[in-house]
Amino acid sequence: MRFIRASLFLPATVLAMCGAAMAQSPTYKVGRPPTEAELRAWDNVVGPDGKELPQGSGSAKEGAKVYAGKCSFCHGQNGTEGPAPRLIGGVDSLSTRNPVLTLGSFWPYATTVWDYINRSMPRDAEGSLTPDQVYAVTAYLLYKNDIIKEADVLDAKTLLKVQMPNRFGFFPAKPEAAAKNGNWKPNWNQAKPASR
Amino acid sequence: MNSRNPNRRGFLKRGAALAGLAVGAMPFARAQSLPGAAADERPPKDLSYGERSRFENSVRTVTLGGPRDIIPGLPAGEMGQRLTPLQDSTGIITPSSLHFMTGRGSRLPDIDPREHRLMIHGMVDRPLVFTMEELKRLPSVSRIHFIECAGNSGMSHYKAMVKGIEVANSPALTKSTFVIQQVHGRVSTSEWTGVLLSVLLKEAGVQKNASWLVAEGADSNRHSKSIPLEKGMDDVIVAYSQNGEAVRPEQGYPLRMVVPGWEGVSNVKYLRSIKVVDTPYYLKVETANYTNMTPDGKASWYEFQVGPKSLITFPSDAHQLPGRGLFEISGLAWSGRGAISRVEVSTNGGKTWKDAQLQQPVFRKAFTRFRLGWNWDGEETLIQSRCTNEFGDVQPTMRQLGKLWGDKREPPIAGSDVETFWQTAPIMEFFSNPIQPWKVGRDGSVQDALYKS
Repeated sequence: MRFIRASLFLPATVLAMCGAAMAQSPTYKVGRPPTEAELRAWDNVVGPDGKELPQGSGSAKEGAKVYAGKCSFCHGQNGTEGPAPRLIGGVDSLSTRNPVLTLGSFWPYATTVWDYINRSMPRDAEGSLTPDQVYAVTAYLLYKNDIIKEADVLDAKTLLKVQMPNRFGFFPAKPEAAAKNGNWKPNWNQAKPASR
Repeated sequence: MNSRNPNRRGFLKRGAALAGLAVGAMPFARAQSLPGAAADERPPKDLSYGERSRFENSVRTVTLGGPRDIIPGLPAGEMGQRLTPLQDSTGIITPSSLHFMTGRGSRLPDIDPREHRLMIHGMVDRPLVFTMEELKRLPSVSRIHFIECAGNSGMSHYKAMVKGIEVANSPALTKSTFVIQQVHGRVSTSEWTGVLLSVLLKEAGVQKNASWLVAEGADSNRHSKSIPLEKGMDDVIVAYSQNGEAVRPEQGYPLRMVVPGWEGVSNVKYLRSIKVVDTPYYLKVETANYTNMTPDGKASWYEFQVGPKSLITFPSDAHQLPGRGLFEISGLAWSGRGAISRVEVSTNGGKTWKDAQLQQPVFRKAFTRFRLGWNWDGEETLIQSRCTNEFGDVQPTMRQLGKLWGDKREPPIAGSDVETFWQTAPIMEFFSNPIQPWKVGRDGSVQDALYKS
């Protein structure tokens, strides 16, 4: 009887200890939980699964107006003239002597386009565009790069379905492999480009 | 401007003194008439926060040909880039006022530390917000680490420098613009004090499937970067102090990340948010740039770690040797992986190498100062250094880097015709750590022999 009770008791203790270790109880108890408002305001870096994307929508047609008003001053009327970095064109140029790197030819994720415009553009008024405006101007730029159609409407769901032409142009295919690489040597002499 | 002339004058003086000693002809009477200290007769000034002597003029320089120059319509205020005058460095610490900086399009933030908050959220059991005061109550560390921009030493900086001089058509600019600073000056070392990020993450309780962090700054363009959680739990510092005082505004006041040994873009300044996640976020600075393209059009991403690298900082192309005789070759070595264990110097174009003396103690992921006495015979020669870290990684030549970067030509073009190499692979730019040879001319001039070969 004793033996059985002990064997029942021990695993329970071990489990309880594991639970405590997993939960990593706070050591210093410094700091406070954020408010809902703080989380909403600051949790807005958008990742590839789009969890942080807000409601709203826009298409290339509306985006053309946003572009003309907010972007063309630096990026040029057609998104190709500059003086700020070129936004349109360059697909199929990457392996040539003069690769043209644009969000259309080079950037692997459409969420990156949305996120960069949303938080870092336009210069000197960063973060001033509404979600609708960001969806719209993203749609406009993807349309001008022949990645979506003019009538396509982008929102938190459709943005994730956009297939960027250079999605598989980076290596190693899984960045986790690079993260664990303890060697300074660039990876490209060992790794193969990601396959489609 | 840190002009060639003051250095040259200083050197001529010291050279003359050395020459006098060498032949034993220094007149004793003249030695006795050495001037004493003159009092500063200018109106008294506030000495409560010190400044250097008015005779010192070493300064950071700007990158030539940056976006500010080409978009004149934008209002001023962007931080731009400022480059460290490595040619004037001594020891291993960079003065905070001379630490290199890049703004990546942001204007200089003006943050009241009483208002600043750091939020840890995402895949944690207890999302937390810290004030600066609260962060300073937690256990702190002080560590000496270098920070280097991933683009440092890249060919594009050499091209921008040459182009900038051409555009300005300014002889003065030519005299005050050096490869040692304009091409290599995106690296500096400080003592950083703050809380280990691992302390904050443990306090918040990282959940089981988490694997990455996304750090965000409070600067105007919200600079952000994905960092593997493993690194965040290792040696990342959330720093509020630099070289014994508050972090400077251009360095991220009041709070920045220091990610030891990893590309500079990881060291998020004005740090306000760290989100714990389970995927990299493929942000602009880890996809659209800071990725390295190979000749076949495929680009390498998420590389992080700076390779072993060294530079002779004296003599370099900012200096002029006054004549043959004894000099101390001095330079800096650093590695993103471990400590520097060896620096070799060649003064004959790589035919033979001698071990330089390493300043002790040697810190991991920090500048290591090396020194070697050199008796210059007055003939033209190439001087260069190469370093090895404690894992045996050796700094490569430009030619070896070219092969590593996918230049399949035999022999590789890099090294023999660097310009052609870069024209055919124009954006393989990051993590550039080639051996830098300096050409010493018979007239005592020192010139870059890496890019201008």
